[in-house]
Amino acid sequence: MAQEYKLVLKHADEAGYTPDIECYLRHGGYHDLKKVLAMRSKDLPDGKKLSPQEQIREDVKISGLRGRGGAGFSCGLKWSFVDRKSGKPIYLICNADESEPGTFKDRQIIHKDPHQLVEGMIISCFANDVKLAYIYIRGEMPEGAKILNNALKEARAKNFLGKNILGSGFDCEIHVHRGAGAYICGEETGLIESLEGKRPYPRIKPPYFPAVLGLWMCPTIVNNVETLCNVKHIVAMGGAEFAKLGTPNNTGTRIVSLSGHVKRPGYYEIEVGKATLRDLLFGENFGKGLRDGRQLKAIIPGGSSSKVLKAGEKFKLKKKDAEGKEILVETDMLDLPYDFDSLAAAGTMSGSSAIIVMDDSVDIVEALANLSEFYAHESCGQCTPCREGSLWMSKTLHRLTHGHGRASDADYLGKIADNIPGGRTICAFGEACSWPVQSFLAKFKDDFVAKGKADEERRAKEKSQCASPAHGTTIAAISQH
Amino acid sequence: MSFQVTSELEAEVNELISHYPVKRAASLMVLHAIQEKFGWISQPAVEWTAQKLELQPINVYEIVTFYPMLRQEPQGKYCIKVCRTLSCALGGAYELHQHFCDKLGLDAHKHGPQTTKDGKFTVEFVECLASCGTAPVMMVGEKFYEGVTHAKVDEICAQCK
Repeated sequence: MAQEYKLVLKHADEAGYTPDIECYLRHGGYHDLKKVLAMRSKDLPDGKKLSPQEQIREDVKISGLRGRGGAGFSCGLKWSFVDRKSGKPIYLICNADESEPGTFKDRQIIHKDPHQLVEGMIISCFANDVKLAYIYIRGEMPEGAKILNNALKEARAKNFLGKNILGSGFDCEIHVHRGAGAYICGEETGLIESLEGKRPYPRIKPPYFPAVLGLWMCPTIVNNVETLCNVKHIVAMGGAEFAKLGTPNNTGTRIVSLSGHVKRPGYYEIEVGKATLRDLLFGENFGKGLRDGRQLKAIIPGGSSSKVLKAGEKFKLKKKDAEGKEILVETDMLDLPYDFDSLAAAGTMSGSSAIIVMDDSVDIVEALANLSEFYAHESCGQCTPCREGSLWMSKTLHRLTHGHGRASDADYLGKIADNIPGGRTICAFGEACSWPVQSFLAKFKDDFVAKGKADEERRAKEKSQCASPAHGTTIAAISQH
Repeated sequence: MSFQVTSELEAEVNELISHYPVKRAASLMVLHAIQEKFGWISQPAVEWTAQKLELQPINVYEIVTFYPMLRQEPQGKYCIKVCRTLSCALGGAYELHQHFCDKLGLDAHKHGPQTTKDGKFTVEFVECLASCGTAPVMMVGEKFYEGVTHAKVDEICAQCK
């Protein structure tokens, strides 16, 4: 049976574990920072030397760590893109703008174990010659910002931050920067614009790849909270050991946020790919199943932007047979291993590893209307297809859920959704707002058509009733309405 | 409250500005500091911030008008944010919001933040507050509440003096 595997959240929920530095130090805190600061250059067989920084970066590459924010991009590769020859300062930003609906994992780290993040950040700064870094935390987490500020203050007092850290000659400073309620700030170039004090309009890539032209047009690394915490563990255990956790190409652990209609919603850290959706939803040590008497209707597997999975859906997954030959195996959606690649193979994504469970009490049209309202509210408004499209979709779904629907609304919605993504917008928000609509329609179209049809029929009936003279007053009332 | 900068606020703002190599970057943090003191961001506050950061007022104004958390008018003494997005909606957020509005004499179907006539409460339906596992969730000022029942709402309202 699948089990939790606690690496990042090892101590967070232990009785008596507090977010202050003394507690962190008692649990071996900042040991890994001391370790990297004491590292020496390594001689390679070909006579070249590998600096401590290069060694850490190499180790992160070997670890196979993939970004925990949503895109699942290789962290080592991201770091390797950084322009180190420009002569400009390099910046690091911790993306703590956790706002993908369904996600609540970074909150746990920030609130319960902030020094783990700080240590992960200082090590990452050291590895990338960064002297100034920021934690961009969403505005709706004022408590988290206070905890982080306090942690940074404590770290400064112990000279883990500041000038000449522990006598190593390495200078590093970290500041907390608060957002103010805009989801788009989670997009890395939007975040950079926001940090620069502007409207968070994402930048076009190319040329504005953060690794080259990021914060103040300097090379910049933007990593998620959980990703940066993992860097600390990679240093502690070595990249090769870290890569043994999880499954090939899906290494390490992930904190899964489970919400919606399960008996025990919450956050669960697992080895990536070592638990299936079924384990997470129904396992005794995870979600404990659906509410009594209910059936599963759908799962949103990786934050609200990921494509929905319908109960009973089957996928063909590539697997190796006993002789190592690649074969296609039919897999029920619940038997998908929870990792980056399996969910991608099922046409969706593990995104920010946030699962929203919906049972058969849910009106699927209402659920999509809820999400579309979110995207319409959060579109930054820079690109027309996204600004207009997200609003049209939301308005159409609003009428479908408020008795004014049409049978043709399903096709209409699909048409709008198909015309937003695919290179028509500057950032991936275009995709993010379309994918839910496209996937809900692809899998539950009948629900949408039926709702529109029922509305049309009801209206026609009301109209014919109103047409009889005896109902003159009703006509007046309706025309006024 | 008219906009008057105390030496304390000025010192806080100077400290914030020192965190960035470019002054403009401090604008969001400075506006947070101002809103914390005054409850909202008035036109004199925008102009003062612009001058402080060596910007045009429009550069600050465009920030104030973009971010949902920054307020352009005075708010109630207690600002209530009820999460609206899917996981909380599945957990009864709409009923919770309705209950708040009914209790405080506000219109649950009206868009945007609403303040009670006595200026005591501002209620707003907001997007995901990132605590979906304990839905429905809400905030009163900076304080966070999870798994909020209607009885809890009554209790919270009674505590707001």
